Amino acid sequence: MGTIWFCLVAIMIAVYVLLDGFDLGAGAVYLLVAKTDEERRQVLASIGPVWDGNEVWLLAAGGTLYFAFPALYASGFSGFYLPLMIVLWLLILRGTSIEFRNHIKSAVWHPLWDFIFFASSLLLAVFFGAALANVVRGVPLDASGYFFEPLWTNFQLGEETGILDWYTILVGVLALLALVLHGSLWVQLKTSGPISVRAAKLARQIWWGVAAVTAIVTALTFAVQPQVKENFTTWPWGFVFPFLAVAGLAGVQFELIKRDEHKAFLASGGYLTGMLTSVVFGVYPMVLPARNPIYSFTVNTAKAADYGLKVGLIWWVLGMILATGYSVYVYRSFAGKVVVEKDGHGY
Amino acid sequence: MEEALTVHRLHFAFTVTFHYIFPQLTMGLALLLVYLKTKALRTGDEHYNRAARFWARIFGINFAVGVVTGIPMEFQFGTNWAAFSKAAGGVIGQTLAMEGVFSFFLESSFLGLFLFGEKKLGRIGHWWAGFLVWLGSWLSGYLIVATDAWMQYPTGYRLGPHSEIELSSFWGLLLNKWALWQYAHTMLGAVQTGCFVMAAVGAFYLLTKRNEAYGRTFVKGGVLVGALAAVLQLFPTGDMQGKMIANHQPATLAAMEGLFDTQEGAPLVILGQPDVQKRKLDNPLEVPDMLSFLTYKKWSANVRGLSAFPEDQWPDTIALLYYSYHVMVGLGTLFIAVMVLAALLLWRGKLYESRWTLWLLMLCVPLPYIANTAGWMTAELGRQPWLIYGVMRTAHGISPRVGAGNAWFTLIGFMGLYTVLGILWLFLVYREIELGPDPSNEPPDEEAVALAAD
Repeated sequence: MGTIWFCLVAIMIAVYVLLDGFDLGAGAVYLLVAKTDEERRQVLASIGPVWDGNEVWLLAAGGTLYFAFPALYASGFSGFYLPLMIVLWLLILRGTSIEFRNHIKSAVWHPLWDFIFFASSLLLAVFFGAALANVVRGVPLDASGYFFEPLWTNFQLGEETGILDWYTILVGVLALLALVLHGSLWVQLKTSGPISVRAAKLARQIWWGVAAVTAIVTALTFAVQPQVKENFTTWPWGFVFPFLAVAGLAGVQFELIKRDEHKAFLASGGYLTGMLTSVVFGVYPMVLPARNPIYSFTVNTAKAADYGLKVGLIWWVLGMILATGYSVYVYRSFAGKVVVEKDGHGY
Repeated sequence: MEEALTVHRLHFAFTVTFHYIFPQLTMGLALLLVYLKTKALRTGDEHYNRAARFWARIFGINFAVGVVTGIPMEFQFGTNWAAFSKAAGGVIGQTLAMEGVFSFFLESSFLGLFLFGEKKLGRIGHWWAGFLVWLGSWLSGYLIVATDAWMQYPTGYRLGPHSEIELSSFWGLLLNKWALWQYAHTMLGAVQTGCFVMAAVGAFYLLTKRNEAYGRTFVKGGVLVGALAAVLQLFPTGDMQGKMIANHQPATLAAMEGLFDTQEGAPLVILGQPDVQKRKLDNPLEVPDMLSFLTYKKWSANVRGLSAFPEDQWPDTIALLYYSYHVMVGLGTLFIAVMVLAALLLWRGKLYESRWTLWLLMLCVPLPYIANTAGWMTAELGRQPWLIYGVMRTAHGISPRVGAGNAWFTLIGFMGLYTVLGILWLFLVYREIELGPDPSNEPPDEEAVALAAD
């Protein structure tokens, strides 16, 4: 039962990264590719009807984690207190900037929200990457089942580690690069004119960075978290996940050259899925590794009682069918490139 | 530890109080939007569609702030209340996760379509989008109330081998009788906020002689629905809520009413200041025997006062609880008077000309917000000193590793951020009201253009 819910939560987080990933990425490239007001409104119009629904995947994943693994939720959320609060503030600023920007046409109102949208999206990508890296690296859990990490200590991987050390910062950078790629492919797909060309160019350039940092992070991860090597040695079929990532990343470059905007975006989704599933496969059966392995939370020590998990399975499947249905309907309704009026002020 | 407990409590109280300003309006307005869209569909009159579009814009601004301030609520169970989450997550995590899975997806998907897809969806499709937004927001309300109700009156659980709290009955959790009444009472409060805001904007237009046709629609819709909600708020929902507190949280009832000593024929206190140290009420203005009658339907019934309970079972903020409750009841009574009066004038065809009633409706606009807040304070302060009534004390629920220093840091951060957000929200909503429902002020609907293009 614990393993099932571990997989389900992982799927929800992966869907969150794929979906909110493109609107976060679109934000992180916003000031780089969208130069005129019309172009900026194109980007906002492309994510306006869907960003909130994308973020719901984060909330739903959080809620699912809460009831399926209450001990993990309690320990992890209180241990990552400060970075989570900063993430919340960034999410507040970002949501506000998307919704408020186009209410008033003014030479001071627009640049303010444009900058907040750009900066908060960019920082969120880094923080999400660093958060994932903290889980991979392991946290200073002790016998009480709790820990508390300050934002940083000496940036080393010792017992007194902070949220930010050289490894987690590096993964944060990788997350930013990967979402910049994902986001520019989305912008390329949904917009038209010079902005779409600029986004394609940025994607081609950033691709090399993504490839390089992916290789470095992968090598380092085997050193930082021994469980990863053990799992891939024990169950070699797990190589299908990193293979998906590599194939996805290669596919992005291939489709960019062929100028197939749809497939390039999908290939980037394949890369992200492959990376995330590799991580999940690599740390299993731990759900939150400790620096001292005897205190790690595993799928069995962190899970809630079986009755609740069984009942949850029924409504979760039902709810997910409905949610997937709504999402497909909404994305189909807003399919195709966005069109904005030159002088319009709403979105 | 004492300080950390206080800061964690203030942290949740502040963020949830600010957050609830927004959903109470969106849940109320969602119902009124369905009312306007239904009118539009049945009469075929474009006037109601324009009115709905105007309120949808205000709804959109409120919804956005509601979403961004709502996300921190779900996180705070883990960040600030880790011990509570670890103990009870297997139970209340169910309702909280269901809220995400069943209502947030519904709301967010169809709100996008409701706000941007009117041309594509057509008249009936757009009605459905509005209806589903209403359904999603009201479902969300239920699952949150069910979570709180479980903390007030825990059902459907058992204690496991290591005295951990396990879910034992899904329906026991979901159909908790406390949740059903508390939900009805809470939603009527939200409907009243929506009605007072709609009626106040209508009154503002009529008094300033602008958009008068819309002003009449708004006043009429707000007053008709509002009068009904105001009455139902008191009876049966408020009455039943009171009876459940009397039966299951008797110490809370005593503190709410400012009743220190057990009495036969207990009076209902209208005004007075509780002095907890001397255990008496200063300057009491009371209706004799009334509390006994309202609680037990018998004028001479015995009502237990605070002295009947050990002091470690008393709510820890008796005076604040007492005032919250009295403010809620006082305002609720005022709402019945204002709304029923306005409804009578509407029936006699005199409301739109009665300037002082319109003034009254306009000036009442902050009051339902205060009443709803006071109601929640009554529920949450009344539950003290328990986090889960009778099962877990509040002091035992906080995150053991998050100290007062870190909690103050983030509380101050939220205060700053929410102050800015609150000012921006007022500014943008006022701007929409100034622009008004006139179609020449409608912003061009770019997503609709996008939809038409594909």
